[in-house]
Amino acid sequence: MAEKRIVLSKCGSIDPQDIGTYIAKGGFIAFIKARDKMKPQAIIAEIKKSGLTGRGGAGFNTGLKWELARSIKAKAKYLLCNADEGEVGTFKDKYILSNDPFGLIEGMCIAGLAIGAQQAFIYLRNEYHFLYDPLVRAVGQVREKGYLKHMDIQVFEGAGAYICGEESALMNSIEGMRGESRYKPPYPPTRGLWGLPTIINNVETLMNVPHIINNGAAWFSAMGTGRSKGTKVFSVSGDVSRPGVYELEMGSTLRELVVGLAGADDLKAVQIGGATGNILPASMLDTPLSHETYLGSGAVVALNSGRDIIDVVQNDMHFLNDESCGKCTPCREGTEVMLEIFGRLARGEGHEGDINSLDALARAMAVSSLCGLGQAAAVPVLDSLRYFYNDYIDRINQSHFLRSYLGGELFKSEEGIR
Amino acid sequence: MVPSKKEALSENGRAGLLPALKDRAGREGCLNRESMSGLAGQYHLPLNEVYGVSTFYAFLPVLPTGKNIIRVCRCLPCHLKDAQAVIGSIKKELGIAPGETSGDGKFSFELVSCIGACDQAPAMMINDKLYGDLTPAGIAEILKSYA
Ligand SMILES: Cc1cc2nc3c(=O)[nH]c(=O)nc-3n(C[C@H](O)[C@H](O)[C@H](O)COP(=O)(O)O)c2cc1C
Ligand code: SF4
Ligand code: FES
Repeated sequence: MAEKRIVLSKCGSIDPQDIGTYIAKGGFIAFIKARDKMKPQAIIAEIKKSGLTGRGGAGFNTGLKWELARSIKAKAKYLLCNADEGEVGTFKDKYILSNDPFGLIEGMCIAGLAIGAQQAFIYLRNEYHFLYDPLVRAVGQVREKGYLKHMDIQVFEGAGAYICGEESALMNSIEGMRGESRYKPPYPPTRGLWGLPTIINNVETLMNVPHIINNGAAWFSAMGTGRSKGTKVFSVSGDVSRPGVYELEMGSTLRELVVGLAGADDLKAVQIGGATGNILPASMLDTPLSHETYLGSGAVVALNSGRDIIDVVQNDMHFLNDESCGKCTPCREGTEVMLEIFGRLARGEGHEGDINSLDALARAMAVSSLCGLGQAAAVPVLDSLRYFYNDYIDRINQSHFLRSYLGGELFKSEEGIR
Repeated sequence: MVPSKKEALSENGRAGLLPALKDRAGREGCLNRESMSGLAGQYHLPLNEVYGVSTFYAFLPVLPTGKNIIRVCRCLPCHLKDAQAVIGSIKKELGIAPGETSGDGKFSFELVSCIGACDQAPAMMINDKLYGDLTPAGIAEILKSYA
């Protein structure tokens, strides 16, 4: 199946620094329709009916979330666009922000009408600093056109912390605190930024909104699967000949994406959804990609037959351990212990008990961690144990060979450490 | 921008803290005790609170850094494309390990989480500039442009 570019339809065909080129391609027609011809409730009803779900990872129904925030009486409401994109292997939001900032801003303008927000923020990760000025200028052009009379948009730059992509940590960060996750409930639509109703949506989620308003809920929900409507933008990297950003209808298979479009061959496995994503063997390439199966943020890392799965999971765990905010014990200490075990396996010092320890620890972290990072840290560990169990067994059984090999390497390397 | 006492103590008075910390760190290279106590005063916060916020974020150094900060990505897609060799090449060029600053104060060298350039792996940033599709042999040339 070919790509289906809806979210990305204007990327490459407009000048991201000139609102005129966006308007010439039909931009802001949806906003004007929503503003002049629709009540907020009607906008929400349309989004709800379309079945649009969050593209940031959790896949929650967007219209339902908006309705909740709309329904609460409060002195102010906030809209936050999550442009923190820190999930390992994800770069699709960067592509969108670089090529079509107006599409995002139009989506935010409509979301603001729907929930009744007067202030919005785009939380941009520090690593994307080069996008800060262009984004501020794009917001300025939209304001000049008079499309931001109901709400203001401020670009807020993060300071380098993956966990700030988690919605409650993101709010803490804007509030000037350490970016640690909050206890839930309350959820942001009821009590969010400064205790007020807040909607947080991913860049890609908001990009879909103008298209739904223009073409209708039925058009949108005709695409995709049962619980996953529309398209999804994927970031593909790793062992492929054409890494990059691809937009496909929901329910397309891994094979179409990774082999067909990105040009992988000789695959051993793929990891879907970043460092906390599922690791699937190549035999599962015909799995459709959707919320019902595997999706996450749409990051897909291809691993060829020469790759060592234990090394992959060790790298994931290193990231999670680095980026754990440290607020809750299962995640702060659990990632530490797992890293220690993976370190030993890598040095040829593993023993059979390690497999049980990893399994038990992963399950404990999944049920007792405070936020998604610690809860999902177990996913690659458990998947690798399920699909690549023999890799662990072989590694442990062959420890003495590994030690002797590494001993030789140690002898050869100049610094004495590898 | 110094907030008034009323602003600083209002419900969302701390909203300016992170931008202010970033601004200071950007201008002075790091957040020393003096700038942190200055900001603590402005925002009517204890110093330890400001220190706690600063040390949480990777882009808010509290110790002096080099004039240029090299951040090499060490996450999976870059790791698969042999980021290790790039790291080795930087080590050799500068004679320092990740976490260190060169003797002449020109470079600090760090390993960081995914910087969103995995389609150009292995990748790194020097200050705010992105470098992708790196090769160990190409490192010297890039570093020279910062001399
Ligand atoms: C550890 C962690 C990191 C996250 N990082 C991001 C991120 O970088 N971008 C994003 O949009 N959502 C991220 N999320 C999901 C957000 O918490 C939130 O669900 C999302 O922004 C909601 O928007 P959506 O409904 O439009 O997807 C992260 C979640 C967790 C637990
Ligand atoms: S699970 Fe990890 S990242 Fe989340 S609150 Fe606990 S320590 Fe922080
Ligand atoms: S993994 Fe290196 S840039 Fe994403």
